Amino acid sequence: MNDRMPTDKALPHAVTNLATSNLDLDAPDKPYLDSNELIINMGPQHPATHGVLRVILKLDGEKVLGTECVIGYLHRGVEKIAENRTYTMFNPYVDRMDYVAAVSNGLGYCQAVEKLLNVEAPPRANYIRVILTELNRIASHQLWLGTHALDIGAMTPLFYTFRDREEILKVFEKYCGARLTTHAFRIGGCQYETYAGFEKEVKNFLKFVAPKIDEYETLLTTNRIWLERTKNVGVISAADAIALGVTGPVLRASGVKWDIRKAIPYANYSDFDFDIPIGENGDTYDRYLVRMVEMRQSLRIIEQAVNGIPEGPIMAKVPKVIKPPVGEIYHSIEAPKGELGYFIVSDGSTQPYRLRVRPPSFVNLQALDIMVRGMLVADVVAVIGTLDIVLGEVDR
Amino acid sequence: MLNTMMSYLGSTVTPGEAGNQFWALIYVLIIFAGVSVAVMAMNWLERKALAHFQIRLGPMRVGPHGLLQPFADALKLMLKEDIIPSEADKMVFWVAPLIGLLAAFTVYTVIPFGPSQAVSDMNIGILFMLGVSSLGVLGIVTAGWASNSHYPLIGALRSSAQMVSYEVAMGLAVVSAIMMTSMNSTGTGTLSMIQIVQAQQHQGIWFLFKFFPLGFIAFVIFAIAMVAETNRAPFDMAEAESELTAGFHTEYSGLRWSLFMLAEYAAMIAVSSIAVTLWLGGWMRPFPNFLNAPAWGFFFSLFPGLTFAGLAAIAFIGTARMPSDSFFKIQRAGLAIFALLLAFLALVLFVVAIVGRNPDHRLLASFREGIDYVFWFVLKVAVFMYMFIWYRATWPRYRFDQLMRVGWKVLLPISLGVLILTAIVGVLVP
Repeated sequence: MNDRMPTDKALPHAVTNLATSNLDLDAPDKPYLDSNELIINMGPQHPATHGVLRVILKLDGEKVLGTECVIGYLHRGVEKIAENRTYTMFNPYVDRMDYVAAVSNGLGYCQAVEKLLNVEAPPRANYIRVILTELNRIASHQLWLGTHALDIGAMTPLFYTFRDREEILKVFEKYCGARLTTHAFRIGGCQYETYAGFEKEVKNFLKFVAPKIDEYETLLTTNRIWLERTKNVGVISAADAIALGVTGPVLRASGVKWDIRKAIPYANYSDFDFDIPIGENGDTYDRYLVRMVEMRQSLRIIEQAVNGIPEGPIMAKVPKVIKPPVGEIYHSIEAPKGELGYFIVSDGSTQPYRLRVRPPSFVNLQALDIMVRGMLVADVVAVIGTLDIVLGEVDR
Repeated sequence: MLNTMMSYLGSTVTPGEAGNQFWALIYVLIIFAGVSVAVMAMNWLERKALAHFQIRLGPMRVGPHGLLQPFADALKLMLKEDIIPSEADKMVFWVAPLIGLLAAFTVYTVIPFGPSQAVSDMNIGILFMLGVSSLGVLGIVTAGWASNSHYPLIGALRSSAQMVSYEVAMGLAVVSAIMMTSMNSTGTGTLSMIQIVQAQQHQGIWFLFKFFPLGFIAFVIFAIAMVAETNRAPFDMAEAESELTAGFHTEYSGLRWSLFMLAEYAAMIAVSSIAVTLWLGGWMRPFPNFLNAPAWGFFFSLFPGLTFAGLAAIAFIGTARMPSDSFFKIQRAGLAIFALLLAFLALVLFVVAIVGRNPDHRLLASFREGIDYVFWFVLKVAVFMYMFIWYRATWPRYRFDQLMRVGWKVLLPISLGVLILTAIVGVLVP
């Protein structure tokens, strides 16, 4: 498998450089101009690359011979910014990475710093965190479903998912005033107490959204065209997935039961009873099913959390000026797209010496090449959709 | 001159057959204007219906309920800068949309809106139609080639392969319908569009139900193939937005792009007309033989007026439901005027239907008949157009290889089988 992996060769900056890139692995000696292959440039402005991903495709007619992802069009240097901000000041920045799952990003960061400080958020704060994070997981999956279906040509599910996602965003807005980049959590707990009627509204949402998920499934799950477009498309074996470091629903659809919420429980996730759905074939259809079940499991978690939310403080005792001891820490959570990890090196000052993010989208994107080789152009679009990447997180 | 003009009035044959070039020209102009207006209406309807499928409102700002949106779009497209890429083959790039447009509009010369409501009744009408409409692929191929760009090229290749392969199944389905014309008392079969409808009238059955389920299967094959033929969802490979940005017309903009759109919608209406003519009894009202009493004829001739009265009622209700805010004053007035216009049309149609019953009013009587024919024909075509929108809202897109597989391995064998069975049954059943 290693021969398929991108090597340390330079990224192509012009078409003439392509002969030396990993696109030509199948026929390294063939001169570019003499071949009948077509090299086309998908993106960065392309309706189906979910932002500013650029994929250079080498095609033989419609068949994909190789791909090369060119990223960095949305690079903002988030990790470098972290070195020039205090721990508290950096907190809102993480929301801008995976902007469709901002709550999860905030949770990961806050917990990493808490671990570094050696403080523990109180249980009530953890329950609020779980409720909001799982709501965010549903919102993220809904956005994925809509755009993925749109890529495959089904226009209508997009509007249904956006209609229902709106209800989640309303809860966020009422809780912390923001809909997308929420900055919902603080180091040590939560800034805000739940608003009056929060539990009732969340319970109403649970009742509202369960039939809606069934509605999405009636549109797609047994649709013949959907089945043909997704079954056996973009297959990745469990071994390949593990070797590439793929996590999240993409890994679970290949049959690996790995979910950090169960494996290394954080934020009181061990209190809740939920299942981890896994797939068998590791194709696009399995990834679709896994995410659909995950939405339902998230509903279960939210229900348990709302019913069992304890009383008490929402903020642990955290010093006003956060100055963690010298040391380093790695903490990861299960974000909607996979393992989201934060590696923080502290030199004892108020600012991180180095902060490194392990974004799930970036790592999962590496599987694109192995998944689409030998498939058709239309499958590239389907696979980009099924990987559920957010370019804000890939490029940071 | 005046004599030749007047001599055709009240005639029961098409102007082409009567050799009246003046009226043939008038018919051509009417059809050209009518199809253009129909395309605009279809544009608006597609956006509104699609929006309502998708819990949106669609265009609401330009005119009441976005009724003037197609005009605004047309104006915008005409005023846009005309861009020809510097690397493009300019001549071919310029000609390509015209080829598509010509092919789409030429087929209307033989479409029978009524027994005499057609430009011409060619004795090889259906053959002419299939031949000319398949020229449309030339426009797409040349557009993709002339753009000198990868996405259009792939789009054009996909589309040419798709159109050519679906034409086979489509042609076989058409042949099985044509074979049905030659049976029973009518004697030899015919390729003339008008005589195909008349054969259904004489045999007293729509070919959709003839030799059930053979006619029905052939119709379904045609209905699938015609969606692929016009590059519409779920077979819109050629312009798969999420894959090829816009397919063969990626490099086109402004007026040239709108010509492609015009050609696409005109082709949709044309293939729907073929389906209506071959299987759904063309211009005939429901049960023309079974319910043939004059009272029934009068009853069915009220339908055009009733339809417009219904549309007027919808528009009036829409006016009443509009917000009473003074901001919507002009919109409300506009919709009310539109409703009044529809109501007036309904009134005219009622008057024609009632007064035209008297055969002494020769002109009005033939006018009434013509309205009847055109109404039923357009209504049947409209059902197909709505189906096109419905497909688009419901289904994901097929992949290219799956599309070819459906065309060659599913539709082609079935249509061949239907063809053979129709022949056998036609010989066995007197």
